[in-house]
Amino acid sequence: MKKVLILGGGTGGTNIANHLRKLHNTKEMTITVVDRDDVHIYQPGLLFIPFGIYKPEEIVRPRLKQLSSNINHIFSEIDRVEHSANQVHLKDGQILDYDLLVIATGAEILPEETEGLTGTGWQKNMFDFYTLEGAKNLAQKLGTWQGGRLVINVVDMPIKCPVAPLEFAFLADWYFHKRGIRDKVEIIYATPLDGAFTKPMASKFLQNLLSQKNIILETEFNTATADGKNSKLVAYDEREIPFDLLVSIPIHGGSSYIEKSPGLGDELNFVITDKNTLQAKCAANIFAIGDVTTLPTSKAGSVTHFAAEVLVENILAWFKGEELPAHFDGHANCFIETGFKRALLIDFNYETEPLPGHFPFAFGPMALLKETRLNHLGKMMFSWLYWNFLLPARPLPGIPSKMSLKGKKTS
Amino acid sequence: MGLKEYAGKQIEIDDDGFVVNVSDWNEEIAKAIAAENSLTNLNAQHWQVINFMRKKFTEDGDTPSVRALGKLSGVSIKELYELFPKGPAKLAAKIAGVPKPRGCI
Repeated sequence: MKKVLILGGGTGGTNIANHLRKLHNTKEMTITVVDRDDVHIYQPGLLFIPFGIYKPEEIVRPRLKQLSSNINHIFSEIDRVEHSANQVHLKDGQILDYDLLVIATGAEILPEETEGLTGTGWQKNMFDFYTLEGAKNLAQKLGTWQGGRLVINVVDMPIKCPVAPLEFAFLADWYFHKRGIRDKVEIIYATPLDGAFTKPMASKFLQNLLSQKNIILETEFNTATADGKNSKLVAYDEREIPFDLLVSIPIHGGSSYIEKSPGLGDELNFVITDKNTLQAKCAANIFAIGDVTTLPTSKAGSVTHFAAEVLVENILAWFKGEELPAHFDGHANCFIETGFKRALLIDFNYETEPLPGHFPFAFGPMALLKETRLNHLGKMMFSWLYWNFLLPARPLPGIPSKMSLKGKKTS
Repeated sequence: MGLKEYAGKQIEIDDDGFVVNVSDWNEEIAKAIAAENSLTNLNAQHWQVINFMRKKFTEDGDTPSVRALGKLSGVSIKELYELFPKGPAKLAAKIAGVPKPRGCI
């Protein structure tokens, strides 16, 4: 009997659990998923909550409902992983043994790590939209806001869905147009990066889009303090940005149990993971998937989805004692909502930056690095695919886990 | 990519001005790169960061970020910005002869 333990019942953990259950019956393998609660949030939906496009209840479902039957579950906080003993200690006192451990506990925001951010003004004139609570509060605020300086600030990288803050800026432009007060709102996008985005071609494209929409870009802004009382951001180089309304994308980190687990994580509590095999550096029988890893690609659901296929293959090989056959290429695929019912699509991996062209086939029908109505429909339809294909581990037709150069303009 | 002379030695550098081969580096080259970036006096704290950066790169194969430096190098983020103005991780990496920090994706 093989014993698989999965930490985290989010995108990666749920997909892996369901996929393994399809391949092995309960006599061959026990599968147990640990999570602290029964609340599964469709995280890409958080972006739309502040603008009233989605209601909070539309993006939340019970975790258990997403797991096939015959998968065990435990609700508890995790205390630590002891990899040398093949054990996980839970906060409720239980000790769980495993033959193979999958870590999929994601990344969380750490607003308290930025001076002042959770002080005076937090959730009053300073908000986040990476939590359900924050997104809800921001929706209320935006609904009655009469205008002023809106500052969107990425405190530090890495963050989940690195395009989401840009999408927020684009949607804010659209939203205030719709409310007829765009002329009363100044939108500033402050980032620690030296451009709008990390990858050169997409960065240039997005930068043009920001300027077309009259959104001011402030680069290499490294936030030291968020001062809600005096309504300003202060950078380490002493630059200041005043705001009337701050939308902060706080520092991210892995869960705190990782810090207590010997050898598991890096200084930000992300699990040190081989970018090709998805094996944890500290132990051969520990694998990690999704936002919790140190993989040099975007922290995004699409990456988790593509990595899941690789991971399952490697898990099966590991149990047979074979060399790990599958190599993840860092494939990411992101719709970027640009407002007014249009969106861009980018598709890239470790080696290839987002390029213009067509997707998923040479003829399309989707266009890469171009604003289209169809990309917007794709983005909005993705929620349905997420609950009905991605979590139950059904393959997405026409979209293989490895990135393809088909349709991409490489020169 | 190209060659550039630092401290009397021809060094291969990338498009962003970072030393390509970690082994090409020495302390004299560090001083020359620093001077080129308006840092004429490297003090003990500068060297603490530079040496930490090289050590961490050798161990992990990866250049640490500002946050990692703040947590691990023994120099606070605020001090890092005083020592290496604007982008401490980027500038310290350049002087330490290690690749540009990936920052993030």
